[in-house]
Amino acid sequence: MQADRVSFRYRTDQAGRPWTVEDLSFNVQAGEVLGIVGPNGSGKSSLLKLLAGLLRPSSGQIRLGSQSIGHIDPHLLARSIAVVPQEYVQVFPFTVAETVLMGRFPHRRGSWWGIGIGEESEHDLRQAHQAMVETDVVALAGRLVSDLSGGERQRVMIARALAQEPTILLLDEPMAFLDINHQIEICALIRRLQRERQLTVVLVSHDLNVASQSCDRVMMLKDGRIVQIGSPMETITPESLRAVYGCDVVVDAHPYSGRPRVTMPV
Amino acid sequence: MGALVAASVAICILCLQFGATRVDLATLLVVAKQWLGLGSVEGDGGGTAAIIMMHIRLPRVLMGFVVGGSLAAVGVTLQALLRNPLADPYVLGVSSGAALGAALAMLLGIGASMMLLPVLPLCGFAGGLLALLLIYRLAQSQGRLPVHSLLLAGVILNAILTALIMFITSIMEPNRSAGLMAWLMGSLTAPGYPALGVLVGYAVLVLAIVMHKAHALNVLTLGEETARSLGIETERIKKQLFVLTALLTGAVVSVSGMIGFVGMVVPHAVRLVVGSDHRLLLPASALVGGMFLVISDTIARTILAPAEIPVGIVTALAGGPFFLYLLLWRKDRML
Repeated sequence: MQADRVSFRYRTDQAGRPWTVEDLSFNVQAGEVLGIVGPNGSGKSSLLKLLAGLLRPSSGQIRLGSQSIGHIDPHLLARSIAVVPQEYVQVFPFTVAETVLMGRFPHRRGSWWGIGIGEESEHDLRQAHQAMVETDVVALAGRLVSDLSGGERQRVMIARALAQEPTILLLDEPMAFLDINHQIEICALIRRLQRERQLTVVLVSHDLNVASQSCDRVMMLKDGRIVQIGSPMETITPESLRAVYGCDVVVDAHPYSGRPRVTMPV
Repeated sequence: MGALVAASVAICILCLQFGATRVDLATLLVVAKQWLGLGSVEGDGGGTAAIIMMHIRLPRVLMGFVVGGSLAAVGVTLQALLRNPLADPYVLGVSSGAALGAALAMLLGIGASMMLLPVLPLCGFAGGLLALLLIYRLAQSQGRLPVHSLLLAGVILNAILTALIMFITSIMEPNRSAGLMAWLMGSLTAPGYPALGVLVGYAVLVLAIVMHKAHALNVLTLGEETARSLGIETERIKKQLFVLTALLTGAVVSVSGMIGFVGMVVPHAVRLVVGSDHRLLLPASALVGGMFLVISDTIARTILAPAEIPVGIVTALAGGPFFLYLLLWRKDRML
């Protein structure tokens, strides 16, 4: 996946206003975990939506292979790219199994009736079950999504995304509202999926330590522009953090992983 | 689902027996046989019963079933589209729009006579669609349709439309305004078979198309962006389904006025039993909605027999408290 001079703003009529993201060019390499970090309002989430095809670039283009994602049929795109949103509030009482099976939607383009009311095929059920095994939510299958804890719900949403059989998984703040035990769980899950499914993962996080620990590469945004992109060692430095956040922090090495660890100076 | 179909038929047959005059099951069978050409009228009693049955009660029960089923299905559809279990044609002002259209027709004397009955549904469609287009314009910003603005626009539109209907009522001659008020409160009549046929046609057509989108409706409840990331063209499907539900609402309101609570309470109750999967929820709600209204109407026409009360009062009195109960019981997770 490749972004080529992508710029975007929400209102096209505000010619004088700053861009939400401006002139971004980068590659997402197959099989890597890429983290997007930056302060609030730096364009992280907008960039993720651009990659997902949910927003159209005002200029430039995002390519998947050789095709611009704007030209790919939404159903076909959904078979390659799956998105896990930041927050998920289910208004209606769907069970976990039903919710995960919804991830099969882009694959159900058979008969006229098959799209609307047909039962799931054997293959759909197998894929959904596999996704639930990988995210360890099989035991929750019959529960209502609205009754789950934050961590369980996040695993269900990842299972739903995996049921799409994507090659690229986009996660918006996957650990934002989770307790530390669930953060560890999701972090390990992302790593495992990258390894076992050869998934390409792009995740947005406001938490620098999450990005440092879980990503192969980190992209640091400020005011819609790329300040740094590279390995956590290269990007998460006191200098770059001062440039982006305008404050001094302590960066040392994590005792186990050796990756940069960011803490407050006082 | 089979059980629900059987229950629907049983409820309809049961409710056929009650009315200003009681027709028991045996007589019902005789009439049915006669209609099928298997027997002849036995005495005067049978003849009167046959007329009551075939020209008054049967069409009315069937209409009640179709109206109730349509309202419930429209409710389910709007709730999924708006991700709001409170959505309902009444909340959005689609019913009010349809009612205003029909009321205007009555004011101008177009729909006053039975002969011109088909005009009323058309005015209902027009009113409902206009209300919907207006609400769509109002709520549309940045090319997409945020759910909250839509609901808010519906509330305000409803207030305006209700005021206009009240205005029309107030300038009508007293005897005609009484009829209009009774209709506004929601009442079923015995339609001619052609009118019933038209209504059934609309209901079947709209329900078939909505059923075809049932799986997409499931996915839409995940939220707009998630639905789009799963390959659904949300704006297009919303527009299609809004127009279809407006059409069906217009048809229903023009024949039965403002019958409230069916579109809100029935889907809630059905969801508790069959779950939220629209492939099951939609047809089940339609059948239960049909049964609910047939029973309500039977109560409406028997409780003060030979006088009748508007069925909208019965549905509101039965549905309102039930809805409050649901609110109290489920407030932690639904709203």
